[in-house]
Amino acid sequence: MKFKAMTAVAALLLSVPAMTLADPDEDSLAINGELDMVTETAAPAHLSDALDTIYSGWRFREDETQALQMDDFDNPGMVFADLGLDQWNKVEGEAGKSCASCHGTPEESMKGVRAVYPKWNETAGEVRTLAMQINGCRTENMKAEPYKYTSGQMTNMEALISVQSRGMPVDVVIDGPVQATWEAGKEIYYTRFGQLELSCANCHEDNYGNMIRADHLSQGQINGFPTYRLKNAKLNQVHARFKGCIRDTRAHTFEAGSPEFVALELYVASRGNGLSVEGPSVRN
Amino acid sequence: MDFTRRDTLALGMGAVALTVLPFRANAAADDAIAAFTGGAAMADAGVTLTAPEIAENGNTVPISVEAEGAVSIMVLAAGNPTPGVATFTFGEMSGAHSASTRIRLAGTQDVIAIAKMADGSFAKASSNVKVTIGGCGG
Amino acid sequence: MAEGVKPRVKAPSKAAAGEAVVLKTLISHQMESGQRKNADGTPIPRSIINRFTCEFNGTSVIDIQMEPAISTNPYFEFEAVIPEAGDLKFTWYDDDGSVYEDTKSVAIG
Ligand code: HEC
Ligand code: HEC
Repeated sequence: MKFKAMTAVAALLLSVPAMTLADPDEDSLAINGELDMVTETAAPAHLSDALDTIYSGWRFREDETQALQMDDFDNPGMVFADLGLDQWNKVEGEAGKSCASCHGTPEESMKGVRAVYPKWNETAGEVRTLAMQINGCRTENMKAEPYKYTSGQMTNMEALISVQSRGMPVDVVIDGPVQATWEAGKEIYYTRFGQLELSCANCHEDNYGNMIRADHLSQGQINGFPTYRLKNAKLNQVHARFKGCIRDTRAHTFEAGSPEFVALELYVASRGNGLSVEGPSVRN
Repeated sequence: MDFTRRDTLALGMGAVALTVLPFRANAAADDAIAAFTGGAAMADAGVTLTAPEIAENGNTVPISVEAEGAVSIMVLAAGNPTPGVATFTFGEMSGAHSASTRIRLAGTQDVIAIAKMADGSFAKASSNVKVTIGGCGG
Repeated sequence: MAEGVKPRVKAPSKAAAGEAVVLKTLISHQMESGQRKNADGTPIPRSIINRFTCEFNGTSVIDIQMEPAISTNPYFEFEAVIPEAGDLKFTWYDDDGSVYEDTKSVAIG
Protein backbone atom coordinates (compact mmCIF):
# COMPACT_ATOMS: atom_id res chain seq x y z
CA MET A 1 0.00 0.00 0.00
CA LYS A 2 2.50 2.52 1.16
CA PHE A 3 4.93 1.54 -1.55
CA LYS A 4 2.32 2.03 -4.27
CA ALA A 5 1.37 5.49 -3.12
CA MET A 6 4.97 6.55 -2.99
CA THR A 7 5.47 5.36 -6.52
CA ALA A 8 2.55 7.43 -7.66
CA VAL A 9 3.89 10.62 -6.11
CA ALA A 10 7.40 9.90 -7.29
CA ALA A 11 6.21 9.37 -10.85
CA LEU A 12 4.23 12.61 -10.80
CA LEU A 13 7.17 14.49 -9.41
CA LEU A 14 9.54 13.06 -11.95
CA SER A 15 7.56 14.36 -14.86
CA VAL A 16 9.31 17.73 -14.71
CA PRO A 17 12.85 16.72 -13.91
CA ALA A 18 14.45 19.98 -14.97
CA MET A 19 13.21 21.97 -12.02
CA THR A 20 13.93 21.14 -8.44
CA LEU A 21 12.78 24.04 -6.37
CA ALA A 22 12.76 22.47 -2.98
CA ASP A 23 11.29 25.16 -0.82
CA PRO A 24 8.89 28.04 -0.67
CA ASP A 25 10.57 31.25 -1.77
CA GLU A 26 11.73 33.97 0.61
CA ASP A 27 9.41 36.75 -0.59
CA SER A 28 7.28 38.68 1.87
CA LEU A 29 3.75 39.85 1.21
CA ALA A 30 2.48 43.35 1.96
CA ILE A 31 -0.78 44.39 0.35
CA ASN A 32 -0.70 47.88 -1.18
CA GLY A 33 2.71 48.24 0.45
CA GLU A 34 1.12 48.64 3.88
CA LEU A 35 -0.86 45.64 5.09
CA ASP A 36 1.71 43.03 6.18
CA MET A 37 0.66 39.42 5.85
CA VAL A 38 1.98 36.44 7.80
CA THR A 39 2.83 33.89 5.09
CA GLU A 40 5.03 31.69 7.31
CA THR A 41 4.66 30.82 10.97
CA ALA A 42 5.09 28.05 13.52
CA ALA A 43 2.68 25.19 12.92
CA PRO A 44 -0.25 25.02 15.36
CA ALA A 45 0.20 22.56 18.26
CA HIS A 46 -2.10 19.93 16.78
CA LEU A 47 0.28 19.58 13.80
CA SER A 48 3.45 19.24 15.86
CA ASP A 49 4.02 15.64 14.76
CA ALA A 50 3.69 16.51 11.09
CA LEU A 51 5.06 20.00 10.38
CA ASP A 52 7.26 22.61 12.06
CA THR A 53 6.32 25.55 9.88
CA ILE A 54 3.23 26.43 7.90
CA TYR A 55 3.33 28.51 4.71
CA SER A 56 0.72 30.34 2.68
CA GLY A 57 0.26 29.09 -0.89
CA TRP A 58 1.35 32.58 -2.02
CA ARG A 59 4.96 31.66 -1.20
CA PHE A 60 4.99 28.90 -3.80
CA ARG A 61 3.90 31.00 -6.78
CA GLU A 62 6.03 32.70 -9.44
CA ASP A 63 6.88 36.39 -8.95
CA GLU A 64 4.41 37.57 -11.61
CA THR A 65 1.56 35.70 -9.93
CA GLN A 66 2.62 36.96 -6.50
CA ALA A 67 2.64 40.54 -7.74
CA LEU A 68 -1.02 40.31 -8.71
CA GLN A 69 -1.95 39.95 -5.04
CA MET A 70 0.26 42.77 -3.76
CA ASP A 71 -1.93 45.61 -4.96
CA ASP A 72 -5.69 45.77 -4.73
CA PHE A 73 -5.97 47.27 -8.19
CA ASP A 74 -3.83 44.57 -9.71
CA ASN A 75 -5.79 41.83 -7.91
CA PRO A 76 -8.63 40.79 -10.23
CA GLY A 77 -10.40 39.19 -7.26
CA MET A 78 -11.20 42.63 -5.84
CA VAL A 79 -13.69 43.52 -8.56
CA PHE A 80 -15.72 40.52 -7.38
CA ALA A 81 -15.68 41.83 -3.83
CA ASP A 82 -17.18 45.01 -5.35
CA LEU A 83 -19.87 42.88 -6.99
CA GLY A 84 -20.37 41.24 -3.58
CA LEU A 85 -21.06 44.68 -2.12
CA ASP A 86 -23.80 45.26 -4.71
CA GLN A 87 -25.34 41.94 -3.65
CA TRP A 88 -24.98 42.94 0.03
CA ASN A 89 -27.08 46.05 -0.53
CA LYS A 90 -29.71 44.39 -2.70
CA VAL A 91 -33.14 43.64 -1.21
CA GLU A 92 -34.16 40.08 -2.05
CA GLY A 93 -36.67 37.52 -0.76
CA GLU A 94 -40.07 37.65 0.89
CA ALA A 95 -38.84 39.35 4.06
CA GLY A 96 -38.00 42.42 1.95
CA LYS A 97 -34.49 42.71 3.39
CA SER A 98 -30.90 42.99 2.24
CA CYS A 99 -27.82 41.91 4.18
CA ALA A 100 -27.36 45.60 4.96
CA SER A 101 -30.81 45.82 6.61
CA CYS A 102 -29.53 43.74 9.52
CA HIS A 103 -25.75 43.96 9.31
CA GLY A 104 -25.13 47.60 8.28
CA THR A 105 -21.87 47.91 6.38
CA PRO A 106 -19.62 44.87 6.00
CA GLU A 107 -16.73 46.95 7.40
CA GLU A 108 -18.65 47.29 10.69
CA SER A 109 -20.21 43.89 11.00
CA MET A 110 -17.94 41.40 9.21
CA LYS A 111 -14.50 42.23 10.60
CA GLY A 112 -12.86 39.09 11.96
CA VAL A 113 -15.64 36.78 10.76
CA ARG A 114 -13.72 34.99 8.00
CA ALA A 115 -10.83 34.26 10.37
CA VAL A 116 -12.90 32.01 12.65
CA TYR A 117 -14.92 30.04 10.07
CA PRO A 118 -15.93 27.20 9.89
CA LYS A 119 -17.39 27.45 13.40
CA TRP A 120 -20.14 26.06 15.61
CA ASN A 121 -23.58 27.62 15.24
CA GLU A 122 -25.42 27.20 18.51
CA THR A 123 -28.94 27.83 17.19
CA ALA A 124 -28.59 25.43 14.27
CA GLY A 125 -26.60 22.94 16.35
CA GLU A 126 -24.10 22.35 13.53
CA VAL A 127 -20.69 23.34 12.22
CA ARG A 128 -21.20 26.03 9.58
CA THR A 129 -18.85 27.13 6.85
CA LEU A 130 -19.03 30.78 5.82
CA ALA A 131 -20.96 29.71 2.72
CA MET A 132 -23.50 27.83 4.87
CA GLN A 133 -23.91 30.87 7.12
CA ILE A 134 -24.45 33.17 4.13
CA ASN A 135 -27.10 30.81 2.80
CA GLY A 136 -28.53 30.39 6.30
CA CYS A 137 -29.13 34.15 6.42
CA ARG A 138 -30.59 34.12 2.92
CA THR A 139 -33.09 31.35 3.58
CA GLU A 140 -33.92 31.98 7.27
CA ASN A 141 -33.58 35.75 7.60
CA MET A 142 -34.38 37.01 4.10
CA LYS A 143 -36.68 34.21 2.88
CA ALA A 144 -34.65 34.29 -0.32
CA GLU A 145 -33.24 31.50 -2.47
CA PRO A 146 -29.85 30.19 -1.34
CA TYR A 147 -26.86 30.84 -3.59
CA LYS A 148 -25.52 27.75 -5.34
CA TYR A 149 -22.68 26.57 -3.11
CA THR A 150 -19.76 27.26 -5.46
CA SER A 151 -21.46 29.92 -7.63
CA GLY A 152 -20.07 33.30 -8.57
CA GLN A 153 -22.59 35.01 -6.29
CA MET A 154 -21.35 32.92 -3.38
CA THR A 155 -17.67 33.61 -4.05
CA ASN A 156 -18.42 37.33 -4.57
CA MET A 157 -20.01 37.45 -1.12
CA GLU A 158 -17.24 35.37 0.45
CA ALA A 159 -14.66 37.73 -1.06
CA LEU A 160 -16.46 40.77 0.37
CA ILE A 161 -16.60 39.19 3.83
CA SER A 162 -12.99 37.89 3.68
CA VAL A 163 -11.58 41.30 2.80
CA GLN A 164 -12.84 42.61 6.15
CA SER A 165 -10.48 40.15 7.92
CA ARG A 166 -7.45 40.45 5.66
CA GLY A 167 -4.25 40.38 7.67
CA MET A 168 -5.92 38.89 10.75
CA PRO A 169 -4.67 35.45 11.82
CA VAL A 170 -6.78 32.40 10.96
CA ASP A 171 -8.08 31.18 14.32
CA VAL A 172 -10.58 28.36 14.03
CA VAL A 173 -11.63 26.48 17.14
CA ILE A 174 -11.03 22.72 17.02
CA ASP A 175 -12.41 21.47 20.32
CA GLY A 176 -15.70 21.61 22.19
CA PRO A 177 -18.78 20.94 20.06
CA VAL A 178 -16.78 20.94 16.79
CA GLN A 179 -14.29 18.31 17.87
CA ALA A 180 -16.04 15.30 16.31
CA THR A 181 -16.35 17.12 12.99
CA TRP A 182 -12.70 18.16 13.16
CA GLU A 183 -11.64 14.53 13.77
CA ALA A 184 -13.74 13.42 10.81
CA GLY A 185 -12.05 16.04 8.63
CA LYS A 186 -8.63 14.89 9.78
CA GLU A 187 -9.47 11.33 8.84
CA ILE A 188 -10.46 12.40 5.33
CA TYR A 189 -7.22 14.38 5.00
CA TYR A 190 -5.14 11.26 5.62
CA THR A 191 -7.30 8.86 3.58
CA ARG A 192 -5.82 7.66 0.29
CA PHE A 193 -8.21 8.21 -2.59
CA GLY A 194 -8.61 6.92 -6.08
CA GLN A 195 -6.59 4.82 -8.44
CA LEU A 196 -3.47 6.70 -7.45
CA GLU A 197 -4.13 6.01 -3.76
CA LEU A 198 -3.04 9.46 -2.71
CA SER A 199 -4.16 11.37 0.36
CA CYS A 200 -4.12 15.14 0.73
CA ALA A 201 -1.15 14.60 3.06
CA ASN A 202 0.85 12.63 0.45
CA CYS A 203 0.98 15.74 -1.69
CA HIS A 204 0.55 18.72 0.65
CA GLU A 205 2.39 17.46 3.75
CA ASP A 206 5.00 15.02 2.41
CA ASN A 207 5.87 16.79 -0.83
CA TYR A 208 5.20 20.50 -0.53
CA GLY A 209 7.99 22.50 -2.13
CA ASN A 210 8.49 19.90 -4.87
CA MET A 211 7.38 20.30 -8.46
CA ILE A 212 4.46 18.16 -9.55
CA ARG A 213 4.10 18.29 -13.31
CA ALA A 214 4.63 22.02 -13.90
CA ASP A 215 3.20 23.06 -10.54
CA HIS A 216 5.08 24.09 -7.42
CA LEU A 217 3.31 22.12 -4.72
CA SER A 218 2.18 24.10 -1.65
CA GLN A 219 0.83 22.96 1.70
CA GLY A 220 -2.71 23.25 0.33
CA GLN A 221 -3.69 25.94 2.86
CA ILE A 222 -7.06 27.68 2.59
CA ASN A 223 -6.30 31.03 4.23
CA GLY A 224 -6.43 32.64 0.76
CA PHE A 225 -9.94 31.57 -0.23
CA PRO A 226 -11.81 32.50 -2.24
CA THR A 227 -8.86 32.45 -4.65
CA TYR A 228 -8.71 34.06 -8.07
CA ARG A 229 -7.02 31.47 -10.28
CA LEU A 230 -5.22 32.39 -13.46
CA LYS A 231 -6.25 29.00 -14.80
CA ASN A 232 -9.99 29.75 -14.91
CA ALA A 233 -9.87 33.54 -14.41
CA LYS A 234 -12.48 33.59 -11.67
CA LEU A 235 -12.88 33.29 -7.93
CA ASN A 236 -12.75 29.68 -6.77
CA GLN A 237 -14.72 28.36 -3.83
CA VAL A 238 -12.77 26.15 -1.44
CA HIS A 239 -14.97 23.08 -1.98
CA ALA A 240 -14.51 23.39 -5.75
CA ARG A 241 -10.77 23.25 -5.15
CA PHE A 242 -11.10 20.19 -2.88
CA LYS A 243 -13.12 18.53 -5.63
CA GLY A 244 -10.44 19.21 -8.22
CA CYS A 245 -7.71 17.83 -5.96
CA ILE A 246 -9.62 14.63 -5.29
CA ARG A 247 -10.52 14.26 -8.97
CA ASP A 248 -6.82 14.37 -9.79
CA THR A 249 -6.35 11.13 -7.88
CA ARG A 250 -9.01 9.56 -10.13
CA ALA A 251 -11.43 9.15 -7.27
CA HIS A 252 -15.12 9.87 -6.99
CA THR A 253 -15.37 13.04 -5.04
CA PHE A 254 -17.74 14.44 -2.44
CA GLU A 255 -20.25 17.15 -3.31
CA ALA A 256 -19.66 20.82 -2.54
CA GLY A 257 -21.41 21.56 0.75
CA SER A 258 -21.46 17.87 1.78
CA PRO A 259 -20.83 16.98 5.44
CA GLU A 260 -17.51 15.40 4.36
CA PHE A 261 -16.26 18.64 2.77
CA VAL A 262 -17.52 20.76 5.68
CA ALA A 263 -15.47 18.57 8.02
CA LEU A 264 -12.47 18.66 5.68
CA GLU A 265 -12.70 22.46 5.43
CA LEU A 266 -12.71 22.81 9.22
CA TYR A 267 -9.67 20.55 9.50
CA VAL A 268 -7.71 22.16 6.65
CA ALA A 269 -8.55 25.64 7.97
CA SER A 270 -7.12 24.63 11.37
CA ARG A 271 -3.85 23.57 9.71
CA GLY A 272 -3.49 27.23 8.79
CA ASN A 273 -4.19 28.68 12.25
CA GLY A 274 -1.75 31.60 12.55
CA LEU A 275 -1.45 32.47 8.85
CA SER A 276 -3.11 35.71 7.74
CA VAL A 277 -6.48 35.71 6.05
CA GLU A 278 -5.64 36.61 2.43
CA GLY A 279 -8.96 36.22 0.60
CA PRO A 280 -9.41 37.04 -2.18
CA SER A 281 -5.92 35.78 -3.02
CA VAL A 282 -4.37 35.09 -6.44
CA ARG A 283 -3.06 31.65 -7.42
CA ASN A 284 -2.14 29.95 -10.69
CA MET B 1 -8.04 0.41 -7.18
CA ASP B 2 -5.22 -0.87 -9.36
CA PHE B 3 -2.51 1.49 -9.97
CA THR B 4 -0.84 0.85 -13.30
CA ARG B 5 2.25 2.29 -14.76
CA ARG B 6 0.25 3.65 -17.68
CA ASP B 7 -1.77 5.94 -15.42
CA THR B 8 1.20 7.74 -13.99
CA LEU B 9 2.88 8.06 -17.33
CA ALA B 10 -0.28 9.48 -18.85
CA LEU B 11 -0.50 12.02 -16.07
CA GLY B 12 3.06 13.06 -16.55
CA MET B 13 2.96 13.28 -20.29
CA GLY B 14 -0.15 15.42 -20.57
CA ALA B 15 1.77 18.32 -19.16
CA VAL B 16 4.88 17.80 -21.24
CA ALA B 17 2.96 17.67 -24.49
CA LEU B 18 1.29 20.97 -23.70
CA THR B 19 4.33 22.83 -22.53
CA VAL B 20 6.56 22.37 -25.51
CA LEU B 21 4.22 23.62 -28.22
CA PRO B 22 6.83 25.37 -30.33
CA PHE B 23 6.67 28.87 -31.74
CA ARG B 24 5.52 28.77 -35.32
CA ALA B 25 5.85 31.75 -37.56
CA ASN B 26 2.31 32.31 -38.60
CA ALA B 27 1.13 33.65 -41.92
CA ALA B 28 -1.66 35.55 -40.19
CA ALA B 29 0.93 37.30 -38.01
CA ASP B 30 2.92 38.31 -41.10
CA ASP B 31 -0.27 39.68 -42.66
CA ALA B 32 -1.10 41.68 -39.54
CA ILE B 33 2.41 43.15 -39.49
CA ALA B 34 2.22 44.04 -43.18
CA ALA B 35 -1.15 45.72 -42.68
CA PHE B 36 0.22 47.78 -39.78
CA THR B 37 3.54 48.81 -41.33
CA GLY B 38 2.57 48.82 -45.01
CA GLY B 39 5.63 46.63 -45.51
CA ALA B 40 8.08 49.27 -44.20
CA ALA B 41 11.35 48.18 -42.56
CA MET B 42 11.41 47.97 -38.78
CA ALA B 43 14.23 49.16 -36.51
CA ASP B 44 15.44 46.86 -33.75
CA ALA B 45 15.55 49.63 -31.15
CA GLY B 46 12.93 52.12 -30.01
CA VAL B 47 10.30 49.90 -28.47
CA THR B 48 10.54 47.91 -25.24
CA LEU B 49 8.46 44.82 -24.56
CA THR B 50 8.47 43.33 -21.06
CA ALA B 51 7.11 39.82 -20.58
CA PRO B 52 7.93 36.98 -18.17
CA GLU B 53 10.39 34.33 -19.31
CA ILE B 54 8.13 31.66 -17.85
CA ALA B 55 4.39 32.17 -17.39
CA GLU B 56 2.76 30.08 -14.69
CA ASN B 57 -0.44 29.95 -16.71
CA GLY B 58 -1.01 30.94 -20.33
CA ASN B 59 -4.44 32.38 -19.51
CA THR B 60 -3.10 35.48 -17.78
CA VAL B 61 0.36 36.61 -18.85
CA PRO B 62 1.34 40.15 -17.81
CA ILE B 63 3.09 42.23 -20.50
CA SER B 64 4.07 45.89 -20.89
CA VAL B 65 5.14 47.94 -23.88
CA GLU B 66 6.82 51.33 -24.06
CA ALA B 67 8.03 53.44 -26.97
CA GLU B 68 8.93 57.09 -26.55
CA GLY B 69 7.51 59.11 -29.38
CA ALA B 70 5.22 56.35 -30.63
CA VAL B 71 1.83 57.10 -32.10
CA SER B 72 0.70 53.54 -31.57
CA ILE B 73 1.99 50.10 -30.59
CA MET B 74 0.60 46.83 -31.93
CA VAL B 75 1.07 43.62 -29.91
CA LEU B 76 0.90 40.18 -31.54
CA ALA B 77 1.13 36.63 -30.22
CA ALA B 78 2.50 34.86 -33.26
CA GLY B 79 1.83 31.36 -31.94
CA ASN B 80 -1.86 31.89 -31.10
CA PRO B 81 -4.52 30.60 -33.51
CA THR B 82 -5.31 34.25 -34.26
CA PRO B 83 -2.27 36.42 -33.56
CA GLY B 84 -3.87 39.81 -32.78
CA VAL B 85 -3.67 40.93 -29.13
CA ALA B 86 -4.16 44.71 -28.96
CA THR B 87 -3.23 48.01 -30.57
CA PHE B 88 -2.55 50.92 -28.24
CA THR B 89 -3.00 54.38 -29.77
CA PHE B 90 -1.61 57.19 -27.63
CA GLY B 91 -3.52 60.49 -27.50
CA GLU B 92 -2.49 64.06 -26.82
CA MET B 93 -3.03 63.63 -23.07
CA SER B 94 -0.94 60.49 -22.81
CA GLY B 95 1.95 60.50 -20.31
CA ALA B 96 4.81 58.10 -21.01
CA HIS B 97 3.88 56.17 -24.13
CA SER B 98 3.59 52.91 -22.23
CA ALA B 99 0.86 50.44 -21.34
CA SER B 100 0.49 47.17 -19.44
CA THR B 101 -2.10 44.45 -19.82
CA ARG B 102 -2.62 40.70 -19.37
CA ILE B 103 -2.86 38.37 -22.33
CA ARG B 104 -3.65 34.79 -23.35
CA LEU B 105 -0.93 32.63 -24.85
CA ALA B 106 -1.87 29.24 -26.34
CA GLY B 107 1.62 27.85 -25.69
CA THR B 108 5.30 28.73 -25.62
CA GLN B 109 5.90 31.37 -28.31
CA ASP B 110 7.23 34.80 -29.23
CA VAL B 111 5.25 37.90 -28.30
CA ILE B 112 5.89 40.77 -30.72
CA ALA B 113 5.47 44.53 -30.27
CA ILE B 114 5.67 46.96 -33.20
CA ALA B 115 5.68 50.70 -32.62
CA LYS B 116 4.69 53.26 -35.19
CA MET B 117 6.65 56.47 -34.57
CA ALA B 118 5.48 60.04 -35.11
CA ASP B 119 7.89 60.36 -38.06
CA GLY B 120 6.31 57.36 -39.81
CA SER B 121 9.10 54.90 -39.02
CA PHE B 122 8.59 51.57 -37.26
CA ALA B 123 10.38 49.64 -34.51
CA LYS B 124 9.99 46.04 -33.43
CA ALA B 125 10.75 44.01 -30.30
CA SER B 126 9.96 40.43 -29.44
CA SER B 127 10.20 38.26 -26.38
CA ASN B 128 9.94 34.50 -25.95
CA VAL B 129 7.54 33.34 -23.23
CA LYS B 130 7.55 29.74 -22.02
CA VAL B 131 4.09 28.69 -20.97
CA THR B 132 3.85 25.97 -18.33
CA ILE B 133 0.49 24.36 -17.86
CA GLY B 134 0.13 23.37 -14.26
CA GLY B 135 -3.50 22.48 -13.92
CA CYS B 136 -2.94 19.90 -11.21
CA GLY B 137 -5.02 20.25 -8.10
CA GLY B 138 -8.21 20.93 -10.08
CA MET C 1 -25.76 44.12 -21.28
CA ALA C 2 -23.80 41.07 -20.15
CA GLU C 3 -24.30 39.95 -16.51
CA GLY C 4 -21.96 41.02 -13.73
CA VAL C 5 -19.90 43.50 -15.75
CA LYS C 6 -18.32 45.98 -13.36
CA PRO C 7 -15.49 48.43 -13.99
CA ARG C 8 -12.86 49.37 -11.43
CA VAL C 9 -10.56 52.35 -11.89
CA LYS C 10 -7.64 53.67 -9.88
CA ALA C 11 -6.82 57.30 -10.46
CA PRO C 12 -5.39 59.89 -8.08
CA SER C 13 -7.89 62.48 -6.83
CA LYS C 14 -5.19 65.20 -7.02
CA ALA C 15 -2.21 65.96 -9.26
CA ALA C 16 0.27 68.81 -9.79
CA ALA C 17 -0.47 70.80 -12.98
CA GLY C 18 1.27 69.04 -15.87
CA GLU C 19 2.02 65.91 -13.87
CA ALA C 20 1.90 62.46 -15.51
CA VAL C 21 -0.20 60.12 -13.36
CA VAL C 22 -0.57 56.33 -13.48
CA LEU C 23 -4.04 54.95 -14.14
CA LYS C 24 -5.15 51.34 -13.63
CA THR C 25 -8.39 49.86 -14.89
CA LEU C 26 -10.02 46.45 -14.65
CA ILE C 27 -13.47 45.34 -15.76
CA SER C 28 -15.13 42.02 -14.94
CA HIS C 29 -15.90 40.44 -18.31
CA GLN C 30 -15.66 36.90 -19.63
CA MET C 31 -13.90 37.89 -22.91
CA GLU C 32 -15.28 34.80 -24.66
CA SER C 33 -12.74 34.28 -27.44
CA GLY C 34 -14.98 32.47 -29.92
CA GLN C 35 -12.51 29.58 -30.00
CA ARG C 36 -13.89 27.49 -27.17
CA LYS C 37 -16.45 24.73 -27.52
CA ASN C 38 -19.27 23.58 -25.28
CA ALA C 39 -19.26 20.08 -23.79
CA ASP C 40 -21.40 18.96 -26.76
CA GLY C 41 -18.90 20.36 -29.28
CA THR C 42 -20.83 23.45 -30.41
CA PRO C 43 -18.62 26.53 -30.61
CA ILE C 44 -19.29 29.24 -28.01
CA PRO C 45 -19.77 32.49 -29.95
CA ARG C 46 -17.25 35.28 -29.50
CA SER C 47 -18.30 37.97 -27.01
CA ILE C 48 -15.55 40.37 -25.97
CA ILE C 49 -14.93 43.98 -25.13
CA ASN C 50 -13.32 45.16 -28.37
CA ARG C 51 -12.27 48.70 -27.48
CA PHE C 52 -11.29 50.73 -24.44
CA THR C 53 -10.72 54.47 -24.38
CA CYS C 54 -9.65 57.05 -21.82
CA GLU C 55 -10.12 60.80 -22.29
CA PHE C 56 -9.23 63.79 -20.17
CA ASN C 57 -11.68 66.70 -20.56
CA GLY C 58 -12.65 65.31 -23.96
CA THR C 59 -9.10 64.84 -25.34
CA SER C 60 -7.74 61.35 -25.92
CA VAL C 61 -5.30 59.78 -23.46
CA ILE C 62 -5.33 56.29 -24.97
CA ASP C 63 -7.47 54.30 -27.38
CA ILE C 64 -7.01 50.53 -27.32
CA GLN C 65 -8.26 48.11 -29.93
CA MET C 66 -8.72 44.77 -28.17
CA GLU C 67 -8.65 41.25 -29.62
CA PRO C 68 -9.78 37.93 -28.09
CA ALA C 69 -6.23 37.31 -26.79
CA ILE C 70 -6.80 39.87 -24.02
CA SER C 71 -7.40 37.91 -20.79
CA THR C 72 -10.72 37.53 -18.99
CA ASN C 73 -11.37 40.58 -16.77
CA PRO C 74 -9.30 42.94 -18.96
CA TYR C 75 -6.69 45.00 -17.14
CA PHE C 76 -4.87 48.09 -18.41
CA GLU C 77 -2.28 50.35 -16.84
CA PHE C 78 -1.10 53.54 -18.57
CA GLU C 79 -0.23 57.20 -17.94
CA ALA C 80 -2.09 60.46 -18.46
CA VAL C 81 -0.87 64.05 -18.27
CA ILE C 82 -3.08 66.26 -16.11
CA PRO C 83 -2.64 69.92 -17.19
CA GLU C 84 -5.65 71.29 -15.31
CA ALA C 85 -8.51 70.19 -13.04
CA GLY C 86 -11.01 68.01 -14.86
CA ASP C 87 -12.50 64.62 -15.54
CA LEU C 88 -10.98 61.38 -16.72
CA LYS C 89 -13.54 59.38 -18.64
CA PHE C 90 -13.12 55.65 -19.16
CA THR C 91 -15.23 53.75 -21.72
CA TRP C 92 -15.42 50.06 -22.60
CA TYR C 93 -17.20 48.90 -25.79
CA ASP C 94 -18.76 45.41 -25.80
CA ASP C 95 -19.31 43.26 -28.92
CA ASP C 96 -23.00 43.12 -27.95
CA GLY C 97 -23.30 46.90 -28.28
CA SER C 98 -23.20 47.66 -24.55
CA VAL C 99 -21.04 50.55 -23.41
CA TYR C 100 -19.68 50.70 -19.85
CA GLU C 101 -18.40 54.00 -18.42
CA ASP C 102 -16.68 55.37 -15.39
CA THR C 103 -15.48 58.90 -14.58
CA LYS C 104 -12.91 60.16 -12.08
CA SER C 105 -12.40 63.82 -11.20
CA VAL C 106 -8.87 65.06 -10.66
CA ALA C 107 -8.16 68.28 -8.75
CA ILE C 108 -4.98 70.33 -9.01
CA GLY C 109 -3.02 70.70 -5.80
C1 HEC D 1 -33.10 39.64 9.21
C2 HEC D 1 -31.77 39.98 9.60
C3 HEC D 1 -30.61 39.40 8.79
C4 HEC D 1 -30.38 39.49 7.44
C5 HEC D 1 -31.26 40.11 6.39
C6 HEC D 1 -29.10 38.87 7.20
N1 HEC D 1 -28.58 38.40 8.37
FE1 HEC D 1 -26.77 37.59 8.63
N2 HEC D 1 -27.14 37.32 10.59
C7 HEC D 1 -28.31 37.70 11.23
C8 HEC D 1 -28.27 37.23 12.60
C9 HEC D 1 -29.35 37.44 13.65
C10 HEC D 1 -27.03 36.56 12.75
C11 HEC D 1 -26.50 35.88 13.99
C12 HEC D 1 -25.85 36.90 14.83
C13 HEC D 1 -24.66 36.34 15.46
O1 HEC D 1 -24.65 35.18 15.82
O2 HEC D 1 -23.68 37.11 15.54
C14 HEC D 1 -26.36 36.67 11.48
C15 HEC D 1 -25.08 36.17 11.26
C16 HEC D 1 -24.39 36.31 10.06
C17 HEC D 1 -23.03 35.92 9.85
C18 HEC D 1 -22.12 35.27 10.87
C19 HEC D 1 -21.46 36.32 11.70
C20 HEC D 1 -20.55 35.70 12.75
O3 HEC D 1 -19.98 36.47 13.52
O4 HEC D 1 -20.41 34.47 12.81
C21 HEC D 1 -22.73 36.19 8.55
C22 HEC D 1 -21.41 35.92 7.85
C23 HEC D 1 -23.91 36.78 7.96
N3 HEC D 1 -24.88 36.84 8.90
C24 HEC D 1 -23.98 37.17 6.66
C25 HEC D 1 -25.14 37.66 6.07
C26 HEC D 1 -25.26 37.96 4.68
C27 HEC D 1 -24.15 37.81 3.65
C28 HEC D 1 -26.54 38.40 4.46
C29 HEC D 1 -27.17 38.78 3.13
C30 HEC D 1 -27.09 37.76 2.09
C31 HEC D 1 -27.20 38.38 5.76
N4 HEC D 1 -26.33 37.92 6.70
C32 HEC D 1 -28.51 38.78 5.97
C33 HEC D 1 -29.34 38.40 10.70
C34 HEC D 1 -29.48 38.71 9.35
C1 HEC E 1 -1.65 14.55 -6.55
C2 HEC E 1 -1.26 15.55 -5.57
C3 HEC E 1 -2.38 16.24 -4.82
C4 HEC E 1 -3.28 15.68 -3.96
C5 HEC E 1 -3.44 14.21 -3.59
C6 HEC E 1 -4.04 16.77 -3.42
N1 HEC E 1 -3.64 17.95 -3.96
FE1 HEC E 1 -4.27 19.79 -3.47
N2 HEC E 1 -3.10 20.62 -4.90
C7 HEC E 1 -2.23 19.93 -5.69
C8 HEC E 1 -1.56 20.83 -6.58
C9 HEC E 1 -0.52 20.47 -7.61
C10 HEC E 1 -2.06 22.11 -6.30
C11 HEC E 1 -1.69 23.44 -6.98
C12 HEC E 1 -0.39 23.95 -6.42
C13 HEC E 1 -0.49 24.25 -4.96
O1 HEC E 1 -1.03 25.29 -4.57
O2 HEC E 1 -0.06 23.40 -4.15
C14 HEC E 1 -3.02 21.94 -5.21
C15 HEC E 1 -3.69 22.98 -4.62
C16 HEC E 1 -4.50 22.83 -3.50
C17 HEC E 1 -5.10 23.93 -2.78
C18 HEC E 1 -4.96 25.42 -3.10
C19 HEC E 1 -3.91 26.06 -2.24
C20 HEC E 1 -3.90 27.57 -2.32
O3 HEC E 1 -2.95 28.17 -1.80
O4 HEC E 1 -4.82 28.17 -2.87
C21 HEC E 1 -5.81 23.39 -1.76
C22 HEC E 1 -6.62 24.13 -0.73
C23 HEC E 1 -5.65 21.96 -1.84
N3 HEC E 1 -4.84 21.65 -2.89
C24 HEC E 1 -6.22 21.06 -0.96
C25 HEC E 1 -6.15 19.68 -1.09
C26 HEC E 1 -6.89 18.74 -0.26
C27 HEC E 1 -7.80 19.12 0.89
C28 HEC E 1 -6.59 17.50 -0.71
C29 HEC E 1 -7.16 16.17 -0.24
C30 HEC E 1 -8.58 16.04 -0.44
C31 HEC E 1 -5.63 17.66 -1.81
N4 HEC E 1 -5.40 19.00 -2.01
C32 HEC E 1 -5.04 16.62 -2.48
C33 HEC E 1 -1.97 18.58 -5.65
C34 HEC E 1 -2.64 17.66 -4.85
